[in-house]
Amino acid sequence: MSFTEVTLELLSGFAVTCQLFILTLIFAIPLGLLVSFGTMSKFSPVKYFFKVIVWIVRGVPLMLQIFIVFYVPGFFGITFLDRFPSALVAFVINYACYFSEIYRAGIEAVPHGQTEAGLVLGMTRRQIFTHVTLQQVIKRIIPPMGNEIITLVKDTALARVISVIEITKKAEFFADKAIIWPLFYTAVFYLVFVGVLTLLFGYLEKKQSYYKI
Amino acid sequence: MSILEVKNITKSFGSTEVLKGISFTLEKGEVLAIIGSSGSGKTTLLRCMNYLEVPDGGSITVNGQPYFDSNEKRLSESEIRQRRLHFGLVFQSFNLFPQYTVLQNLVLAARLLQRSELKAELKEKKINKLVFREKRTKIMNDTEQNARALLERVGLSSKADFYPCQLSGGQQQRAAIARALSLTPDILCFDEPTSALDPELTGEVLNVIRSLKSGDTTMIVVTHEMEFARNVADRIIFMANGVIEESGTSEELFNNPKSELLKNFLGKANQFSK
Repeated sequence: MSFTEVTLELLSGFAVTCQLFILTLIFAIPLGLLVSFGTMSKFSPVKYFFKVIVWIVRGVPLMLQIFIVFYVPGFFGITFLDRFPSALVAFVINYACYFSEIYRAGIEAVPHGQTEAGLVLGMTRRQIFTHVTLQQVIKRIIPPMGNEIITLVKDTALARVISVIEITKKAEFFADKAIIWPLFYTAVFYLVFVGVLTLLFGYLEKKQSYYKI
Repeated sequence: MSILEVKNITKSFGSTEVLKGISFTLEKGEVLAIIGSSGSGKTTLLRCMNYLEVPDGGSITVNGQPYFDSNEKRLSESEIRQRRLHFGLVFQSFNLFPQYTVLQNLVLAARLLQRSELKAELKEKKINKLVFREKRTKIMNDTEQNARALLERVGLSSKADFYPCQLSGGQQQRAAIARALSLTPDILCFDEPTSALDPELTGEVLNVIRSLKSGDTTMIVVTHEMEFARNVADRIIFMANGVIEESGTSEELFNNPKSELLKNFLGKANQFSK
């Protein structure tokens, strides 16, 4: 196996990794906001429902959740989802719950005086959220979100447990044929990806640094 | 007719009675100072008038129109929003929006309000798209002009494009006063406007408030600045334990206090200022 061949093989796996990563973010980022509204609801049945969901999702290994989404519908005779969509659903739910806690912390950290200032100026609650609170929340959550999103890059490797052929799974195929070095070589792909994300989050942080909160 | 009539306002938090029946009236252009020690209910009273708290009982009338009445059915959010515009409120902690410049802080609420009215007109087909665009531009220009005029009044013209974090506390509070005026409230309330400021910065804020008085703004000022209350307020209310212990002109209250509590309070205040 030449270096180029291995690189091309791993790249095709890396494309799957990237797909899983991006799709997870696209769905989990807004879903997390809904979950955070749920956990902050003033109507306690809703609040506790979402708190329990978050507890379960954060309390059970992600790997197990992937198995559950993939296999459990089969017990009821439902062919639910294919491998990749199953992994995606598990990742979206899992990450939405983690994001929701970051959002909640960010929202609750905005001083109540900001809302009150909006109210006495005759703004609606929705206007206050979109025009006053949201940007301050975003500024606060950029660093923890960066952390979580970097974790997601590497968590995608867990999808291989239901044979989603992402980059680590590809490397394992080589290992099965007693070629071990491609497994270590995958680290380069992850490092480059995380490096780019680190730069991106640094940029976002800087963009919001023109004001203090 | 009085601009403001407050009748028998009561408010409890849990089992703590904070306001035990507050009544007073205010005439247009008058400045009312509310003094009293911490926990006497001053701030709660002010918050009730801005609908940040809903009183348990009593009524408030503004310009002869009902503003709050405990016997009235619960108001919807939008009705409360409409009524709230009679009052402006300046907070102890300024509460400027940190991500916006001073000018943006001043125009934000006015633009949102006027634009949503305009959008409603468009939806009801009272105006067409072309008129809508014209009027929207007009709103942008008018609100900016108005904001700049207000900044001039509080002496912050040169700081229009600064962010709150680039201003001193006194400048922030002056910007907050201008913002509270941006929707031209009938009555402007101040909740201990200088309590979060260094002593050398209180003067500039108090001067701005004083200058508003000559501009005929009706004001209610909750304050610990006795000298200010004495010199600027037309009338003073002294609150203690949730009731109005004594009220009258500043002459009456400062030179000839009747109740023991007020004498005590003024004695302490004097002790500290010496």
